[in-house]
Amino acid sequence: MKELSTTDFDSVISQSELPMVVDFWAPWCGPCKVMAPILESIAPDNQQLFTVGKVNVDDHGDLAMRFNVLSIPTFIVFKGGSEIGRFAGAAPAAVFVEKVKGILRG
Amino acid sequence: MSYQVGIIGAGPSGYTAAIYASRANLNTVLFTGLEPGGQLMLTSDVENWPGEEHGILGPELMAKLRTQAGRFGAEIKELSVTAVDLISHPKKLTLSNGTVAECESVIIATGASAKWLDVHGEAKLRGRGVSACATCDGFFFKGKNVAVVGGGDSAMEEANFLTKFASSVTVIHRSAEFKASKIMLTRAQNNPKISFKMNAKVVEVLGEDRVTGLKIENLIDQTSADLPFDGLFVAIGHFPNSAIFANQLTVDRKGYITVLTGTTQTNIPGVFAAGDVVDHLYRQAVTAAGTGCIAALEAERWISHGA
Ligand SMILES: Cc1cc2nc3c(=O)[nH]c(=O)nc-3n(C[C@H](O)[C@H](O)[C@H](O)COP(=O)(O)OP(=O)(O)OC[C@H]3O[C@@H](n4cnc5c(N)ncnc54)[C@H](O)[C@@H]3O)c2cc1C
Repeated sequence: MKELSTTDFDSVISQSELPMVVDFWAPWCGPCKVMAPILESIAPDNQQLFTVGKVNVDDHGDLAMRFNVLSIPTFIVFKGGSEIGRFAGAAPAAVFVEKVKGILRG
Repeated sequence: MSYQVGIIGAGPSGYTAAIYASRANLNTVLFTGLEPGGQLMLTSDVENWPGEEHGILGPELMAKLRTQAGRFGAEIKELSVTAVDLISHPKKLTLSNGTVAECESVIIATGASAKWLDVHGEAKLRGRGVSACATCDGFFFKGKNVAVVGGGDSAMEEANFLTKFASSVTVIHRSAEFKASKIMLTRAQNNPKISFKMNAKVVEVLGEDRVTGLKIENLIDQTSADLPFDGLFVAIGHFPNSAIFANQLTVDRKGYITVLTGTTQTNIPGVFAAGDVVDHLYRQAVTAAGTGCIAALEAERWISHGA
């Protein structure tokens, strides 16, 4: 899972061939902790569909601000460099994947 | 799929019931629903769980309870129960994947969920300035002006917590009287960053990509005004997750499941209810766990004696 920062965010997002799900999280956030292993576990099965990146909002508050992230965890799906959908809050693995697929289907 | 004990809900109550039932060698399944871990997943420090002398993070406590339940063989399934037939033998639970689980006894531990205002703009801006969890989201309102709606202890607690980040917190409350306890109210009233707007009601949340303000109605002269705010925290209480049972079980006026005093027995033999879906008075992790324990012991007795 790729850790994104203020410096590389735009280049990574625009160069990613697959859609990228970016997890905005922080170390003090309980629900975010719950999601970390879930994201690890779903990544291999979905590697044809999307990749996953992470933004630590403590370290990169400017990114949170730029995307109006006001609740964590927030998951934003980027395709071709721009946002195509988002959802907030922890979710079990199956529900998470369904939500992402729903956004990808448009 | 058939089981001796079917537990609905994965909060402190459901997990504790699973620990007791599976440790008693009953063939036990637990359905987590959409929020495995329950309400404590939304909080950081739990300081009143006995035995954790330094406090424990809510999600960490719930992960431990889950492991402990699994250790004695309870099957934990990340499915929701969408319909129930509690009267038949065995009892039937229809699951979100379309299958049906048959259970000799059922323990309902579906807890409670935060109430929303149900006003225009609220749903659209959830996660974009509208929140029901100050501990989760307060951080994003550093130096901002936020509103808290509600007049109970949880509203006062959220307001006090938010002053760590926000430059001003306005408590908006429908009446001129508070349900909050004296100590919580005084603490909020003495906080220089908190102000109060009484006899007032939020009628609309304003903003496109994020909250920019609230339309607030003055309930005394019926005028309304748009006021600028960056965030809205809703703390107007909880409702019990009992809708799918209400056509078969006795519930009170507010939807809480009714049990025989001092027990977890509902009006249907072999069906037990525990935790916040029953209890609107104490609403604590440890009381939910306590009644979850009782429910498992009562289910065990019911299975072996049929009474
Ligand atoms: C922000 C916050 C902070 C808190 N802090 C504390 C504290 O410090 N100390 C304390 O003692 N208490 C605290 N509480 C209260 C405590 O969290 C609750 O009393 C406790 O969680 C109730 O447990 P429960 O097992 O009854 O239900 P819940 O924790 O509400 O769990 C309900 C479970 O039922 C599941 N469910 C619901 N419907 C279905 C369905 N149809 N099918 C399957 N599953 C379903 C849900 O997914 C969830 O897993 C806090 C609550 C909140 C919101």
